[in-house]
Amino acid sequence: MNGLAMLMAKRIGLGLITLFAVSVIIFAALELMPGDLAEQVLGQSATPETVAQFRKELGLDKAPHIRYFDWLGGALQGDFGVSLANKRSVADQLAPRFANTLFLAALAAAISVPLALTLGVLAALYRNSIFDRVANVSTLTSISSPEFFLGYVLILFLAVKNPIFPSISNISPNADFMEQLYRTMLPAITLTLVVTAHMMRMTRAAIINLLASPYIEMARLKGVPRWRVIVRHALVNALAPIINVVALNLAYLITGVVLVEVVFVYPGVGQLLVDSVSKRDLPVVQACCLIFAATYVLLNLLADVGSILSNPRLRHPR
Amino acid sequence: MQNSKHGVLLNIRDLRIEGRSGEDWTEIVHGVDLTLRRGEVMGLIGESGAGKSTIGLAAMGYARDGCRISGGKIEFDGMDLTTTPQDDLRALRGSRIAYVAQSAAASFNPSHRLIDQHTEGPMLHGISSREESEKDAIELYRRLRLPNPDEIGFRYPHQVSGGQLQRAMTAMVMSCRPDLIIFDEPTTALDVTTQIEVLASIRDIVDQFDTAALYITHDLAVVAQMADRIKVLLKGDEVEEAETREMLESPKQDYTKSLWAVRSFERPQKPPAPADAVPVVSVKNISAAYGETPVLFDVSFDIHAGRTVAVVGESGSGKSTAARCITGLLPPSSGEVMFDGEVLPADFRNRNREQLRQAQMIYQMADTALNPKKRIGEIISRPVQFYLGLKGAALKQRVDQLLDQIELEPSQYYHRYPSELSGGQKQRIGIARALAAEPKFIICDEVTSALDQLVAEGILKLLDRLQEELNLAYMFITHDLATVRSIADEVVVMRQGKVVEAGPKDVMFKPPHHPYTDLLLSSVPEMDPDWLTNLLEERGADNIGEAADV
Repeated sequence: MNGLAMLMAKRIGLGLITLFAVSVIIFAALELMPGDLAEQVLGQSATPETVAQFRKELGLDKAPHIRYFDWLGGALQGDFGVSLANKRSVADQLAPRFANTLFLAALAAAISVPLALTLGVLAALYRNSIFDRVANVSTLTSISSPEFFLGYVLILFLAVKNPIFPSISNISPNADFMEQLYRTMLPAITLTLVVTAHMMRMTRAAIINLLASPYIEMARLKGVPRWRVIVRHALVNALAPIINVVALNLAYLITGVVLVEVVFVYPGVGQLLVDSVSKRDLPVVQACCLIFAATYVLLNLLADVGSILSNPRLRHPR
Repeated sequence: MQNSKHGVLLNIRDLRIEGRSGEDWTEIVHGVDLTLRRGEVMGLIGESGAGKSTIGLAAMGYARDGCRISGGKIEFDGMDLTTTPQDDLRALRGSRIAYVAQSAAASFNPSHRLIDQHTEGPMLHGISSREESEKDAIELYRRLRLPNPDEIGFRYPHQVSGGQLQRAMTAMVMSCRPDLIIFDEPTTALDVTTQIEVLASIRDIVDQFDTAALYITHDLAVVAQMADRIKVLLKGDEVEEAETREMLESPKQDYTKSLWAVRSFERPQKPPAPADAVPVVSVKNISAAYGETPVLFDVSFDIHAGRTVAVVGESGSGKSTAARCITGLLPPSSGEVMFDGEVLPADFRNRNREQLRQAQMIYQMADTALNPKKRIGEIISRPVQFYLGLKGAALKQRVDQLLDQIELEPSQYYHRYPSELSGGQKQRIGIARALAAEPKFIICDEVTSALDQLVAEGILKLLDRLQEELNLAYMFITHDLATVRSIADEVVVMRQGKVVEAGPKDVMFKPPHHPYTDLLLSSVPEMDPDWLTNLLEERGADNIGEAADV
């Protein structure tokens, strides 16, 4: 188990280093933008004295690396600074939004991951059959269409023509769980259509890749039924690539939702990011980027750990 | 292995099997008949492409992807398997007809414990509960003389050695007490010392449960130990069939006789090089490690011009690692490699082109050693261009000459791809590619192991002729002592990274031996059908496994 622990520690260490590098890049990128916050807030008519005064207030007169570590130190404690637009704490503004985004992502994942795995297993089981082709073509069609288009199509059919779900996913903070589920359903379905194809095709390919293995032939010659050959003998050995694709898609569910949130006016981080960019509310943009980056790193880290754990040679050393 | 009192279990009549190539189906088994009685063991032998495995699988009503049973009858205990529905076939497989694959290491699912794979069959077929089946598994492990039978089943396949896995697989196919077992080259991937143990286990268990078996192999000596009757196959046709002893003593067909004669190739041993001659390659006290794990310990030997040094040992003995040190792929941690009396840089990256040119390699798997996307002409041209700088007509002429040397007609082979060649031809291309650099020294790494005996003999004769003509020095890595006997001048026996014994061939093959050399030599199966029985008596049943598993 020692080797395994070492391997995990290395992966986690690498993840932390990546996150650190990302935070530097985000900070530096915003630093490179022309002008600074003080000039932007006060506008062109401000006198140099007021600008200097305001800079001091914001702490912008300090050296960049000091400001970076101030910001990082604050971020580590959950303090992302103060929004320029409305002077509210960024963290307070972000927290409910992030919770909403997580809820949407979780719902989409809860639908898409089991769906994709099941479709993938079935497609591998009945490969080259009508079912396989239909599943492939329909998931490919949905992944090839832009998500805002998918969103509007869904609104047309499921909200306008057959009013099953609301077309606008405005969630009030005190809505109960069922209400929230109901209002989030359309964006979740849109996201599902976007991410399913990738995961399904990887599941199918990873399983089919193994079907020529001697141990699969052995299982067949032992009289193991077909579905059991696929699930018990092939799928367990195909997990590593599948886990990686699932993790990438989960990350996309959180970071790639901007368009979907806009289409459905869903109060998530994506919407906040778009609003903040248009208002040049840099502290908020910084915080959103950091959260997105952390999500990516974390999910990839989990995928790595998952693939390592799915390898019996690493789980059970000699 | 009595058979007279039992009825017919398997009756195959006019079996025809087709294989797909592209869009077309071509017949690969042309109407074979086979009758097997209960409790009887029949050996199926032949070269690759003879259809042995295909027929063996057909006996389970199974055809691999790209194959189909196109005609004939396969009657198992009165049922015609060619017309049995898939669900009924599935119920039969594993429970009444079972299959032992060539490589147990590849045929056990890496993600499940041995015992879980063992109990899967009996549970699925409704023969016994998990508890009963587990108890039975442990009992079978004990009977097959696996170490720690109570706990070995709870390990994963990668935690168990190759020979043990093969026995665990034999135990697994016994789990439902089948009437018929298909053994498909079950010991081909094993070392000789391990092979004995597995052969003995298989023979015992087949005897104890009075199971009928089809024993598929290309090794005549092995089949002589295992089978009551032998059927010889060639390219999907039966050549002849007879009782084992009769077949061994008086084969009737020419093809069978030629198979029997293969083991007789032996070229005369050359006299040792003069004492003052500078060896082409001299390995001096090298030790090496993979990462932290030491694998070679103080290995020394010399190879002289025009001589063949056979490096012998089981898998993991360090033979190939020694070759990697000589080629500079694995710089040794201490010691040095001399070439023509000069020290070679340890790492191949520090060697100049001339030093690299002088030592070439031929690989075991010609399949994977040749770039499948390049034509034969390109494959051989590359080293000629690289090392000798030939271009245009001179290059083409040289490549043609090389193809002539390996006895392949240049006009026919120059434009072909490796996939269009047979295994033996591919290995010849491997030889031509090594010769293209005009080296003094060639490392042959198990070059005949993947080939049929007749083809392998052709390769050995070719290598021998080339050595005569070009005064080449060979380092011949092999685990096959028959090969050593036929081609070596000197022998180096390795075990666990150390040289156990070394000397001229005639001395090495004559007693007294080092105990390990003795074990290796006595483990090589002989054509005598009583050989295994006698050997086991001689060694005593208790300690045969120990040598194999330490």
